[in-house]
Amino acid sequence: MLRFITRRLGLVLLTLLISSVLIFLVTQILPGDVARAILGRFATPQALANLREKLGLDRPLLVQYGSWLMHYVQGDWGLSLSTGEPVFPLVTTRLRNSGMLALVAFIMYVPLGIILGLFSALRRTKVFDQVVSITSLAFIGLPEFVTGLVLIAIFAIGLNWLPASSAIRPDSGFIAALPRLILPGITVSLVSLAYITRMTRSSTATVLETDYVRSAYLKGLHPLRVLFTHVLRNSLLPTVTVIAVGIGWLIGGLIVTESLFSYPGLGRLLLFAIQRRALPLLQAITLLLVVVFSLSNLLADILYALLNPRIRYT
Amino acid sequence: MADQATVFQAADLSIGYRTESGLLPAVRGATFSVHEKECFGVVGESGSGKTTLAMGAINYLSENGEVLGGSSRLRGQEITSLRRFQMRRIWGSRIGMVYQNPSAALNPSLRIGEQLCEVARRHLGLSRRLAGEASREMLARVAMPDPVAIMQRYPHQLSGGMLQRCVIAMAMITRPELLILDEPTTALDVTTQAVVLDLVAQLTKELDSAVLYITHDLAVVSKLCDRVGVMYAGEFFEQAPVRELYHAPLHPYTLGLLGCVPRFDPEGGKHLLASIPGSIPRLDRLPAGCIFAARCPFVQDRCRTSSPPLREVRPGHFSACLRWDELPTAAEYARSTPAVPAHKEERPEVLRAVEIKKSFPPTERLFGSGGRKSMSVRAVDGVTLWVRKGNTLGVVGESGCGKTTLLRVISGLAPGTSGDLLLDGRKLERSVQRRPRKVLKMLQMVFQNPEASLNPRHTAGRAIARPLRLLAGLSRREARGRVSELLQAVNLPLAFSRRLPEELSGGEKQRVAIARAFAASPRIILLDEPLSSLDVSVQASLVNLLCELQERNNVSYLFISHDLAAVQHLSHWIAVMYLGILMEWGDAEDVFAPPFHPYTEALLSAIPVADPDIRQRPIRLEGSVPSAANVPSGCRFHTRCPRKIGRICETETPPWREGRNHHSIYCHIPLEELRRLQADTIARTTKGDG
Amino acid sequence: MSDPGTASPSRGLSRLLGRLRRNPAALAGTVVFLFFLLMALIGPLVAPYSFEAQNIAQRLRPPDAAHLLGTDQYGRDILSRILTGSRGIFLLSGTGTLLAAFIGVSLGLFSGFYGRLWDEVLMRILDVLLSFPPLLFALLLLATLGPSPLNLLLVISVLYVPMLARLARSTVLDLRTREFVEAARIRGERDLAILFREILPNALGPILVEISVRFSYSIFLVASLGFLGLGVQPPSPDWGLQINEARSFFATAPWILLFPAGAISLLVVATNLMTDGLRQVLQPGSR
Repeated sequence: MLRFITRRLGLVLLTLLISSVLIFLVTQILPGDVARAILGRFATPQALANLREKLGLDRPLLVQYGSWLMHYVQGDWGLSLSTGEPVFPLVTTRLRNSGMLALVAFIMYVPLGIILGLFSALRRTKVFDQVVSITSLAFIGLPEFVTGLVLIAIFAIGLNWLPASSAIRPDSGFIAALPRLILPGITVSLVSLAYITRMTRSSTATVLETDYVRSAYLKGLHPLRVLFTHVLRNSLLPTVTVIAVGIGWLIGGLIVTESLFSYPGLGRLLLFAIQRRALPLLQAITLLLVVVFSLSNLLADILYALLNPRIRYT
Repeated sequence: MADQATVFQAADLSIGYRTESGLLPAVRGATFSVHEKECFGVVGESGSGKTTLAMGAINYLSENGEVLGGSSRLRGQEITSLRRFQMRRIWGSRIGMVYQNPSAALNPSLRIGEQLCEVARRHLGLSRRLAGEASREMLARVAMPDPVAIMQRYPHQLSGGMLQRCVIAMAMITRPELLILDEPTTALDVTTQAVVLDLVAQLTKELDSAVLYITHDLAVVSKLCDRVGVMYAGEFFEQAPVRELYHAPLHPYTLGLLGCVPRFDPEGGKHLLASIPGSIPRLDRLPAGCIFAARCPFVQDRCRTSSPPLREVRPGHFSACLRWDELPTAAEYARSTPAVPAHKEERPEVLRAVEIKKSFPPTERLFGSGGRKSMSVRAVDGVTLWVRKGNTLGVVGESGCGKTTLLRVISGLAPGTSGDLLLDGRKLERSVQRRPRKVLKMLQMVFQNPEASLNPRHTAGRAIARPLRLLAGLSRREARGRVSELLQAVNLPLAFSRRLPEELSGGEKQRVAIARAFAASPRIILLDEPLSSLDVSVQASLVNLLCELQERNNVSYLFISHDLAAVQHLSHWIAVMYLGILMEWGDAEDVFAPPFHPYTEALLSAIPVADPDIRQRPIRLEGSVPSAANVPSGCRFHTRCPRKIGRICETETPPWREGRNHHSIYCHIPLEELRRLQADTIARTTKGDG
Repeated sequence: MSDPGTASPSRGLSRLLGRLRRNPAALAGTVVFLFFLLMALIGPLVAPYSFEAQNIAQRLRPPDAAHLLGTDQYGRDILSRILTGSRGIFLLSGTGTLLAAFIGVSLGLFSGFYGRLWDEVLMRILDVLLSFPPLLFALLLLATLGPSPLNLLLVISVLYVPMLARLARSTVLDLRTREFVEAARIRGERDLAILFREILPNALGPILVEISVRFSYSIFLVASLGFLGLGVQPPSPDWGLQINEARSFFATAPWILLFPAGAISLLVVATNLMTDGLRQVLQPGSR
């Protein structure tokens, strides 16, 4: 088992390394002279050259990359070009915020998705299944910004139960921020909810038709026992994978949702960085998100190996 | 037997399935009973409805299945009218079930112990601890080594035979009154099957259970069952005590079935197999009168208009045929087909394999356990054989012996590690991709699984035409003509050339595969277990076809199989393979008469023969086949050999001992000694024994 | 009595329709999809107004006889904008997905068939590409290249190549060991013949399903990018962009937002239903 984890970890690290190269290269090709962007149009060539040297832009590309990477892994993410603030604390605060939002969403869609999927598979020919099926399908098609706007319209503007904007103070605590996390949380959950529901439904339906479940019934066992002991243990395995891979989707959804709700999270910061061509910021955030995504995939692989006896025991 | 208590009784049971095209009457008017300590066998081919019968009898049908009429009683209690929650108390406790595929009965994510315990806890009301003890005890009873460790294992960690024994333990832990076994040994090796069958026989005698044994294998039934019922398309055609059924069946279908099974006869002499022309009727288009009329060799006009129900025509013997008293005995019927011409004289060699070896590099484990080094797998470890023109060489062995790998090496699909192949005296390239077209033309192959060996997107005609275009260089028009000839040669209608594989039955697909192999007129055809996934009657017709084609085209066959009877029937020469090498080699008649190699002897005693009069000494091999990565020293069979003579078997490799007519045995024991020891391994008891 | 050798298209088509008929949802999805496709082809021609024709006097009108879906803040006819926008969607998403399919499937086919070093290298590269969350990747590339329609097309193609390559590769890996491929080798078929004549016809099913799935994702993606301002630029009648522009007017004139939103959802859902249907038809036995 240990060998499995170390092997996978090694692969992930290799992948991350190559990704970092990719990120670095792509952002370096960003049009626009960085020095000129800072000093303005009327800067003298001398001033530009000085700044470039100060920023290390005149060194060969490989050296620049190496230096950037070294600093990155030590937590030194440079200074924001537009505000002059250190990037690291800025990003980590926003990361925490996005994390809170992701957590709220996660708590909402994972249990609900599994339960809905299960019930749907168990009542396969009944109305419940049809309804769940169609609804989940509908939600898959609704982009977050659409559902978000509709939710705002209904709950914030119409009923005035919840705030329309989630512009919390960047460093507020979880409990304080909670009311403002609900609407965006729901918004970002809906698509993932639909996917989890469908996945659970289909894998449970498959397991229900297997011979060993049939045998379990033929052993005279109580149906609930068959469900919880025999069915779930097998049908939840694919769901685990989907949940972990869905983190990537979640990240994308967060970007859109945070923008819509003016929520000070990492996604919104990313957009800001893109618009302002804030290079260090952009590099830092992108690499961070890639790391988060890779780690969640790794976690999914490990969890799957742990839970699946066929892999865990040779 | 009649005064034993009746455990299970079905009376006029009818079961149907609701489908899009209406209600299919899968089982009609089934009546049978099973008594204490009795084993009742239900025999039928695919589509006979035997599994539906069993499921319906215990009231466990899928959503679209329904009991249409009749009754089934367990110790007098009517169960067809019981609701699911009532049946739950009967299933698993008073009725035990063992399936064909052991991994289909066991949840891959739960430990074996847990799956046994849950039955004990639910039905016997035992506490966790007591249930564990009961489970361990049951596992010991089914001769599992180290029950304590087995309880902690997961299904994928055990072999098929061990799994099936666990399933039997699971079914019997509650001492059920009725035990139902549905093809429990089909997925197992011959020697493993023998052990499992012994176990079933022993347990049911010990525990007073009634056993319902469902299978297509006539041979197994003849060994295990006391009474037998033969089913066809949902009806019972005959029911009788086993000996009567096998010697003097009273229904033409039974006669036909028995004729299809290659009779393993230690006294030699063979005839073409009887085959049953036509195919099973569709359930939604059952003919009036006797449903077998269209295929029956004894049909009369009155058979098409009336069909008698199953009735007792002799004491204990039931038949559904009008002409029951006009039928020949089984032996007479078998002799009514033409005799196969006598053994061929020495002919030139077509193919020779010299010291073929094939190893696979060690596989990497995902989770290593300690520093165990894995060795390379020596699948084929030095095999020399030859095939003569127009003859068939049958290579026999169980799974893991390397026969499939050997065939793949010869065909070039898996290039050998060392050794030479000679085709008509000329060396063959090891890899099939290197062989020129005119060489490929001479050596073709029929694969095991007809489902997989035909491209699902190509029509039959295209499949057959391709080698004609590629290897024989025919033009499109010429090829089309030859395709028609070939289809006729394999008894398929010409219209089939436009059909896709999914529109063909298993037997038809295999005929297309055979036509394809014959297309470019090869000199030798390799056949990889071509019959194993097919019904008995289909097998018989294909065996006859292969014989006929061999006669006509003078082509050689290299035929591998685990079915000893089929091999004996088709082959002129036989090689017995174990763990990568040959153990015995000789003429088909010589190999199956003493002296045999101890392994051959064990195989012969393990394989059930479809004749209740043939007594086989029960020689059972200990343990399981060693891994090909870890071949035993000396004679590699010594770890399981019941005739091991001592240290010499462990330290020295045996010599080849040659008898008459090139019959060779790879053993330390001299031939004369073997002949003496094995005189009564397999013999016919006096006829008419009660 | 000619024997074409492979299943005739008419036979395949009738079987397809038969199976579709048994799944009304999939049928409905396919019909709606085809409807949108039709709109893409002839939309701009049948639209009552030009998509950019402004008419300030008529701004923010709810649906009425003159403007079936109302007008937006510039007085532009929403119906016309939606009709015209569908062409953009199909051009962008459709072409992008097809391009990704062409590249990805080719890569996957050859990599899976020949294996060895190329396969390992390709797998590592795909791993790297797949370690980026999709939207993030798109944003990164667009930030670098600039949001022109051509760049969008490029981004979509690159984004979906990995998944399609992976799928094609795993399908080939599975088929490569089947007995009918070995039968082909034994009769002397060459490698390329095996790949294209034996393997590809059997691989098409799962590949088509995956292409369909990618298409629906790409619509979603393009709409999201449009909403974020990094996709298609104004005054293009891109549906996502329309929604973005409609944000401030949502309270007073919700139809400006709801209709394009509805169009997106309808198309994505229809594509998903169609994919489900395809899956059932081409891969019988899967749920």
